Amino acid sequence: MTLSALTRPWAAISWGFLDASAKREMRRKIVKAIALPGCQMPYASRELPMARGWGTGGLQVTLTLIRPESVVKVIDQGADDGVNAASIRRFLSRGSGARETWDTLEATIIQSRHRIPEERLRDDQVLVLQVPNPEPLRPVQPDMSVARQMHADADYGRLWLVLYEQMVRSGRILQGAAYPSLVNGRHVMTPSPIPRWDVPKLHMARHLTLLSAGREKRLFAVPPHTSLEPLVFSDVPYRVEDHAGLTCHRSDPKGVFMNEIPQDGGGSVFEASDSNLGIKAIRRAEGDPIEIGATWYQDGEFRA
Amino acid sequence: MAGAPLLTMTGISRRYGRVVALDGVEATVWPGEVLGIVGESGSGKSTLLRMMNLEDTPDSGDYRLALPDTPGNLFDLDRFARRQLCARRIGIVYQNPHLGLLMGHSSSGNVAERLLVAGERSFAALRARARTALEASEFPLTRMDDPPRQLSGGMQQRVQLAKSIALEPALLLLDEPTTGLDVSVQALVLDTLKRLQRDRAITMVIVSHDLGVIRTMADRVMVMRRGQVVEQGLVDQVFQDPQHPYTQELVHAKL
Repeated sequence: MTLSALTRPWAAISWGFLDASAKREMRRKIVKAIALPGCQMPYASRELPMARGWGTGGLQVTLTLIRPESVVKVIDQGADDGVNAASIRRFLSRGSGARETWDTLEATIIQSRHRIPEERLRDDQVLVLQVPNPEPLRPVQPDMSVARQMHADADYGRLWLVLYEQMVRSGRILQGAAYPSLVNGRHVMTPSPIPRWDVPKLHMARHLTLLSAGREKRLFAVPPHTSLEPLVFSDVPYRVEDHAGLTCHRSDPKGVFMNEIPQDGGGSVFEASDSNLGIKAIRRAEGDPIEIGATWYQDGEFRA
Repeated sequence: MAGAPLLTMTGISRRYGRVVALDGVEATVWPGEVLGIVGESGSGKSTLLRMMNLEDTPDSGDYRLALPDTPGNLFDLDRFARRQLCARRIGIVYQNPHLGLLMGHSSSGNVAERLLVAGERSFAALRARARTALEASEFPLTRMDDPPRQLSGGMQQRVQLAKSIALEPALLLLDEPTTGLDVSVQALVLDTLKRLQRDRAITMVIVSHDLGVIRTMADRVMVMRRGQVVEQGLVDQVFQDPQHPYTQELVHAKL
């Protein structure tokens, strides 16, 4: 018997840059992460033709999930046309044959940094978030082995302690992004640097969210229809940013998350942070037949 | 000494390599009393206190607290139950405030953390209960939001005390609480402890090498040497009329 009798002949079966063993590692850890919502899974993070800290964690997840028939959207700070977003999207499409898109409704995989799109995601879509610091306990416990024990014990008192001190000092909670949230009533995770505005979108969502940190080599997930509660005091309700009353100065959208653009006169104007939503609104106003999906926030109010 | 004891330890032995830290120690504490433990350095008194706080397990021995929800030998509890029990039922004040406090967080936050671990989630309640506990340990409330690292040694001990009594523990452990404080501050902290004991009838175990502290605070005293209890009895009795040669030495060494 020869070796060739035992193995399959070579064929170009791999797409998406990563080799088969790297993808198998990612698949195993993604399945584990989904099985334990919010729990950080260590994984063997590969080298990519991109510096660590530029989205290598998210990129490895996307490269594992991607198929030639996939449609990818990549967002950086809400915009599709940033240099980092554009080059990641082009890399994904070249390495796999997947189609590129800016449209949230069209995409099957959405890789993002800082934002979740304003249009509701469906159950056939996967959101991949790039995470710089996956450990919510890092500010209160610099020793990572102790932090892992605290996760095992569900010992999260110190995270509330941080909120308590913010309340004492400032009378309100200052945590702007990466707001620590309890997933499925068990693990506290940091939902990457998304603003408070986007955190409720993960609660009982229809889509799967995968959060991956390439430099820190940790991967965690919020599966569909899983509870996600931001840590709050029972007498201090969770508040999103006060963007409900703002209107985008370039397009029509009202009550979405806004970027503030300071002006020479000292004031500032606002534009929709989800830039493709703004583009779609402008084109629709010009008479193009553009479909805008249902948004999570309507008139500035979050609708479950 | 009517009624059942609150704390019962029997046959506690612990070796660290070739060093015998505790050798068949028996200890009993009745509700509302203050037990003093004295002995030279290395006599095993702090190890015994750490066992009482479930920070360490002995090689053999049995530890029971007569509380409604804590049956059996406490050393058999799992990690989670042990942590819950320590947080809710046992308070401890260390000699070194760095062991008991988060130095970078505010003082009221240190007290609040204890309440958070026990499940309190209302900000107003946390604030009020932290204030009450700090007030009870006679901490100046104007400084309640300063971090302990900016406080004097005496105030740090008061924060530790407030933290340990915040949940109204059944047992309060004090490990050399006034060592390292100057004499006047030491007297003030002892005053606070004494008043707390009187007002709340907390059961306390106090470890000290300072016989003066034990004489002021304790009802009964246990003298330890080389991991064994050599003598125990009422404070006045032991200090007036020591039986064991080591106790005699100890009492007479005190000027």
